[in-house]
Amino acid sequence: MNKVYDKIFKYSLQMIVIIFCVFPFYYSVMTSLEGSSAVFEPNFFPTEINPKNYNYLLFEHNFPQTILNSLFVATVTVSISITISYFAAWSLSRVNFKGRSMFLFVILAISMFPQIAVLTGMYQLFLNFKDFYFNIFDLRVKGVTSLLWLCFTYTMFNIPFTVWVLTTFMKGVPKEIEEAAIVDGASSFLILRKIFLPIMTPAIFTTAIMAMIAVWNEFLFALTFTATNSDRTITVGIALINGTIEYEVPWGSIMAASVIVTVPLVIITLLLQGRIMSGLTAGSIKG
Amino acid sequence: MADININTVNKYFGDVHVIKDVSLDIKSQSFTVLVGPSGCGKSTMLRMIAGLEDINSGTISIDGQVVNDLPPKQRNIAMVFQSYALYPHMTVFDNMAFGLKLEKRSKDEINERVNEAARILQIEDYLQRKPKQLSGGQRQRVAIGRAITRKPKVFLFDEPLSNLDAALRVQMRVELAKLHNELEATMIYVTHDQTEAMTLADDIVVLDTGIVSQKGSPLELYDRPNNMFVGGFIGSPKMNFISSKILSKSSDATEVDIMGMSKISVSKMSASSSEGDSVTLGIRPEHLVVNGDSDGSWESKVFVVEKLGDVTYLYLEKDGEPLVAETEGHSEIKVGDTVKVGFPAGRCQLFDSSGQAFK
Repeated sequence: MNKVYDKIFKYSLQMIVIIFCVFPFYYSVMTSLEGSSAVFEPNFFPTEINPKNYNYLLFEHNFPQTILNSLFVATVTVSISITISYFAAWSLSRVNFKGRSMFLFVILAISMFPQIAVLTGMYQLFLNFKDFYFNIFDLRVKGVTSLLWLCFTYTMFNIPFTVWVLTTFMKGVPKEIEEAAIVDGASSFLILRKIFLPIMTPAIFTTAIMAMIAVWNEFLFALTFTATNSDRTITVGIALINGTIEYEVPWGSIMAASVIVTVPLVIITLLLQGRIMSGLTAGSIKG
Repeated sequence: MADININTVNKYFGDVHVIKDVSLDIKSQSFTVLVGPSGCGKSTMLRMIAGLEDINSGTISIDGQVVNDLPPKQRNIAMVFQSYALYPHMTVFDNMAFGLKLEKRSKDEINERVNEAARILQIEDYLQRKPKQLSGGQRQRVAIGRAITRKPKVFLFDEPLSNLDAALRVQMRVELAKLHNELEATMIYVTHDQTEAMTLADDIVVLDTGIVSQKGSPLELYDRPNNMFVGGFIGSPKMNFISSKILSKSSDATEVDIMGMSKISVSKMSASSSEGDSVTLGIRPEHLVVNGDSDGSWESKVFVVEKLGDVTYLYLEKDGEPLVAETEGHSEIKVGDTVKVGFPAGRCQLFDSSGQAFK
């Protein structure tokens, strides 16, 4: 008897957690499928399935452009920060130098810095960057100025985080593996490429996804540094979706947009789920 | 072919002086075992020879060439780690071929050498497996195989068997001895297991807090330890130490008393000792004579009896002095019995108050 109660208790707890986490998303999916007036009638199941919100966003609005912008910024930012922090993590976890722990501490401190604190300074720098950029390049590439600047600032804010996480992972790789490779005659660079990279792949994926989500969801900088509709990223894009009249909030379109931008993240996470955090060094050392 | 000379080497970790003026000559093709308790610096010694640790002063030369500033790959060495340290993402074959590939050997040569090593270690069937699909013993073989394929002049083993279970350890020990005969390479082996040291070594180097306590063949260390540390470290169970006093000295022997119960004349001398000095008498459990005729003897009560089948250990005590005696396998002696323990003079060691042995 006790076993049955245990099971009921366990599953009901799980259900509560799942409902709590998934319901908002479910409701936004539902809302996105409803027409403009149906949105304002609370219900648990959609009364009609109407793709008009999606049609509007994908074919009549510049929303696809904002997705591309976000993809561009996320890809550039994540690849640069992961590359830099991979090497930084190696030196911070393996190379002995003076002030190493101080350095790590500073990195941690920087990652606690609120974005808003540097916003005004960043904006001034952005203006200078724009001047500089316009002086060297042709006018045709003007459009990417804001995006490039976003990449730069995101990378700045991401690197402390990715360095910290990757350093922790790399510290977990047994030192003997590296020493065995040194004795085998491998140079540091070769060890990083042939030994650490394959071992660290799951950790790198995990970190990359977290960094990617952070960039994908960023709003403050994106709002500040983009001026035209053609260089909005998704978060700003969603915020600026207009209704047909001034006082209407177009919930249907906003929810459809949210679903569209969430789906890629969910897919990526599901695809890589198996690789994330799966046994870093299984079989290498005793066990 | 590859003598190793270590000359007054010092090593500090921060302020801690871990290796103190150590000098050692290791003969080519010999099997040298470094033993000592944890923290005595034996692994550090090995890592310094490998080039994984810098040396603060002194020189290490391999084959006549000073290697202080050479990176590990130019020292012609291979190392086997306690934790195996296999590359987890590579197959067994790739693990063993990694060093050869870095040396830019031809494909045929790599195949040939890896297969040869696999044959010697009997891991031919596992070449395409990943390390995580292997058992502990198999992994350790792969780690040894990785060392063999490179045909180094010197093999360095850092407690390679300590992660294996007891039965496997004995088996691998025998195989390592065979391997040494087969490869004719210089091998240096670090362990804290004195059975491994006794069975494998041509020479044992006993390290104690960064100093070479004694170097010699296993039996030399067993029969004639230089000091109490070596006497106590080599042999299991430990050598018994009993406080004693010099009663008289003659030209070739020293007469000591055993706690006022009896006296024996040990044919060992120390120039610096004189009558009345406190000394420590050392005797191994297997040399004590239980209930038999011997030079000096004692009576003592038995506190614990350990029957191992082939031998029985008796734990005795007399006036606060613990004593372990070994007797035949199926002993009738029970806890609480009183036994007579004899001290054959020829088997006794004497150590002065600083722990140095009488010669």
